[in-house]
Amino acid sequence: MAILSKEEAQALLKKALSYSKAEECEVSLTGSEDGNIRYARNAVSTAGDISQLSLSVSSSFGKKTGNASIDEFDDKSLEKVVRRSEELAQLAPENPEHMPLLGPQTFPESIEFVQSTADMTPDIRAEAVGKSIQVSKDAKLQAAGYLEDSVDFSAILNSKGLFAYNKRTDVVFTITTRNEEGTGSGYAARGFNDITKLDTYTATKIATTKANGSIGAKAIEPGKYTVILEPVAVAYMLENLFFGLDARNADEGRSFMSKAGGGNRLGEQLMDPQVTIYSDPFNAELPSSTWNREGQLMEKRNWIEKGIVKNLSYSRYWASQKNVAPVPGPGNIIMEGGTQSIEEMIKSTEKGILVSRLWYIRMVDPQTLLLTGLTRDGTFYIENGEIKFPVKNFRFNESPVIMLNNVETLGKPERSISVESYRSYLVPPMKVRDFTFTSLSDAV
Amino acid sequence: MAGMGLGALALPKLPFGSRIIDPAEALQGGMDVATKKQLADIALNAAKSGGASYADVRIGRYLNQFVITREKRVQAIANTESFGVGIRVIANGSWGFAATNDVTPEGIAKTAAKAVAVAKANAKIITEPVQLAPQQGYGEVGWKTPILKSAFEVPLAEKIDLLMQVNGAALAGGANFINSAILAVNEQKYFASTDGSYIDQDIHRIYPNFNVTKIDKASGKFQTRRSLSSPVGMGYEYLTPTPESKVTGIVTRYKDRYDMLEDVKNATADVAQKITAKSVEPGKYDLVLDPSHLWLTIHESVAHPTELDRVLGYEANYAGTSFLSLDKWKSGNFHYGSKLMNIAADKLQPGSLGAVGYDDEGVKCGSWDLVKEGVLVNYQAIRDQAHIIGLKHSQGCCYAQSWSDVQFQRMPNVSLRPGKDKLSVDDIIKNVQKGIYIIGDGSFSIDQQRYNFQFGGQTFYEIKDGQIVGMLKDVAYQAINQEFWNSLVAVADERDYRLGGAFNDGKGQPAQSNAVSHGSATSRFNGVNVINTARKIG
Repeated sequence: MAILSKEEAQALLKKALSYSKAEECEVSLTGSEDGNIRYARNAVSTAGDISQLSLSVSSSFGKKTGNASIDEFDDKSLEKVVRRSEELAQLAPENPEHMPLLGPQTFPESIEFVQSTADMTPDIRAEAVGKSIQVSKDAKLQAAGYLEDSVDFSAILNSKGLFAYNKRTDVVFTITTRNEEGTGSGYAARGFNDITKLDTYTATKIATTKANGSIGAKAIEPGKYTVILEPVAVAYMLENLFFGLDARNADEGRSFMSKAGGGNRLGEQLMDPQVTIYSDPFNAELPSSTWNREGQLMEKRNWIEKGIVKNLSYSRYWASQKNVAPVPGPGNIIMEGGTQSIEEMIKSTEKGILVSRLWYIRMVDPQTLLLTGLTRDGTFYIENGEIKFPVKNFRFNESPVIMLNNVETLGKPERSISVESYRSYLVPPMKVRDFTFTSLSDAV
Repeated sequence: MAGMGLGALALPKLPFGSRIIDPAEALQGGMDVATKKQLADIALNAAKSGGASYADVRIGRYLNQFVITREKRVQAIANTESFGVGIRVIANGSWGFAATNDVTPEGIAKTAAKAVAVAKANAKIITEPVQLAPQQGYGEVGWKTPILKSAFEVPLAEKIDLLMQVNGAALAGGANFINSAILAVNEQKYFASTDGSYIDQDIHRIYPNFNVTKIDKASGKFQTRRSLSSPVGMGYEYLTPTPESKVTGIVTRYKDRYDMLEDVKNATADVAQKITAKSVEPGKYDLVLDPSHLWLTIHESVAHPTELDRVLGYEANYAGTSFLSLDKWKSGNFHYGSKLMNIAADKLQPGSLGAVGYDDEGVKCGSWDLVKEGVLVNYQAIRDQAHIIGLKHSQGCCYAQSWSDVQFQRMPNVSLRPGKDKLSVDDIIKNVQKGIYIIGDGSFSIDQQRYNFQFGGQTFYEIKDGQIVGMLKDVAYQAINQEFWNSLVAVADERDYRLGGAFNDGKGQPAQSNAVSHGSATSRFNGVNVINTARKIG
């Protein structure tokens, strides 16, 4: 069994720590049970179940630290891994950025774990996929999809008495449906903590509707357009911005958060006043852990508030250099939205493009966060409040910072996943003006 | 998602279940071959008695070492080991796979039974049974990357010392920041199958690299220049420079040996020059692409679309499909590129990341043409795909990143053959009226069928009337795949041929990474659309 209870984890960690002779020692446990099933061409291609449990030890003497890990838990193995980390610490170079361990703290229990997800079996997975394949066959399309569910836990204990435990579940489902001729493609992605919320039938219906609706795409000129981005496109587009909310990179002058002349942009109005981005471990739709690997408490925190940079993360070392309080990085990302549906946003659009999904986004220039990528799986031309016809896919070159300055309307937030990292975010669909498409692609 | 935003330390992707070990442990031999054979036979027999019509087993020990530094400090050092067994079977016409790190007779028998159970469960929803290309058993054979010195045998202190010298040179030269690293991989893998093969292989890879940053505080702008090293299928000897491995010119580039100290000095000079370089005027240019850059364009625009699983739709939900549909190949006259476009697939090339004796389903490796004089002639296939393109045998393109992952079709080394006629880089440049010479790989993006791509680079030089006249910045080129390859008008000869490569190429769900090299000589592409990537925020 790879998933230990809080009590089991604490007992094992205490035993491991009892072997420590270092000045400071931190022991940690991680365990996971993952199940997955993959399908393509309307048939299952691969499936797997995998579990893992491992214990890591970090021992420090002064500013020298050594790490070691092991997946055997008898007394002899525990002692061996502690000794190894101590030996490696003695050999390690001094780390001038070493920070002492934190002492005991109280962390509230997170709401990330859902029993129904932990109870998943290969049969339930196959049944969910069977439903999806049937929808695709009924729509005369070819389905390729992937369903993965996981339960994992992590626990840490250190020689100063800090103990923390967290258990969570996660489900990711993605589905692509295409027609035989290769002229239509549709996609849907879902992320949940609770597997009972996953409806592969409805998600596949959305993908098949997009696929059949995207057939017969016309070429229109690339250029600047008002676009409506669906949540799965927004999540992927904004992910690089979410990763970049760090003070050190900004202070060092190598981030879009750097200020000309030195320092960072904390307190500056960098985006449209409609933009508020925050983290909250207790968000019911997208919960996160209440502590991080450094043993810091994770609390609700605004990063961007009404377009103003409100917080950047400060590691404990960087905070000590800058004489500020440490700010742990985000455990989840939530962007506030409005109440409008995508349909309502289309209705109020005189001329624009509906973007269902984005693809292969890469950083072109980190100082402006300029990104390039392409649209796919349903790109539609809107005129006078209506979708007129599907259009050929575009390559874009756009910065999410510029994009969040050009926000017209934010819709109702929805949990979605980044199609690259498979991380979940809670983000609204959005209408933005002057989104820059630079060329056309024949890709479907 | 925990830890997001906690810094820019990019650790290499490690095999599943990796544990951190003492560097000395990496040098201890793993399980002996006779024991592996016994355990493999237990797996094969258990699978067969459970009802499998075919089975293969991979007992793998995967060692990684990384030393990661910035400026004057070591950020991370670790040796990791992952040891376990993966068993793949066909039962009732369907694949099944299971893996365990319990490498005991009991653990293996149980895992084989699990793989058979998975196959039987999946068999209920397959449309057609797996069709495996026949494969002869080789008996007991082996293969080793021909290294001169294992990176794992070189003391950590020596690596730290080299990286500190590299960082010191950058800071002394006026750089504000430098990140540097040495990553080493050793795959010790044992394969056995019901076809009668028992294959023991020892694969080595190494990747030294750095990134130099210079800040212009007043303007708030910064520029970076990455190393012109390449990840290679070699030992630590890659880091012992030789004069004959250097390619001189606008900046020194490297063949099969790398001078990290020399390159960092050049990078530090480059990055200062980039700050004041002229911002590119968008428009059509003739591009002269160095192999340190062109490898990535080949990787994305030729190597990926010729993967047969993409062509067939197996990657439709993740890595994408391909514009190179079977009808284009069948026609025998699909003009992918100009007559100079000769693309070879190769699993043997010395020093390459893809070089192995046998693939991960027990097929002896070789080489073949993908594109001949501009015409698409073949794909990359594995045993259960060979029949689809009329092949009697697999091309040996099967790979799994670890014992815990199921093996599937991964690209071999895919390279542009050098030009047959004698042609130097200087000869190419002197004929270009309005062009850009690009060194090093940068930003990259391509659509899911591999039609439309955009690439950046590390350094860009403006060519006017046959002369290099200065450095440019903010350069990216956008092109349509087939048009781009048809605009290939010159390829330097084999004297300029070099490998570039990807240490972690992703594909599959769950995602797996693969290491692969791409060779080329400097090449000229005419009339490519160049955009200016400079923007203003705030």
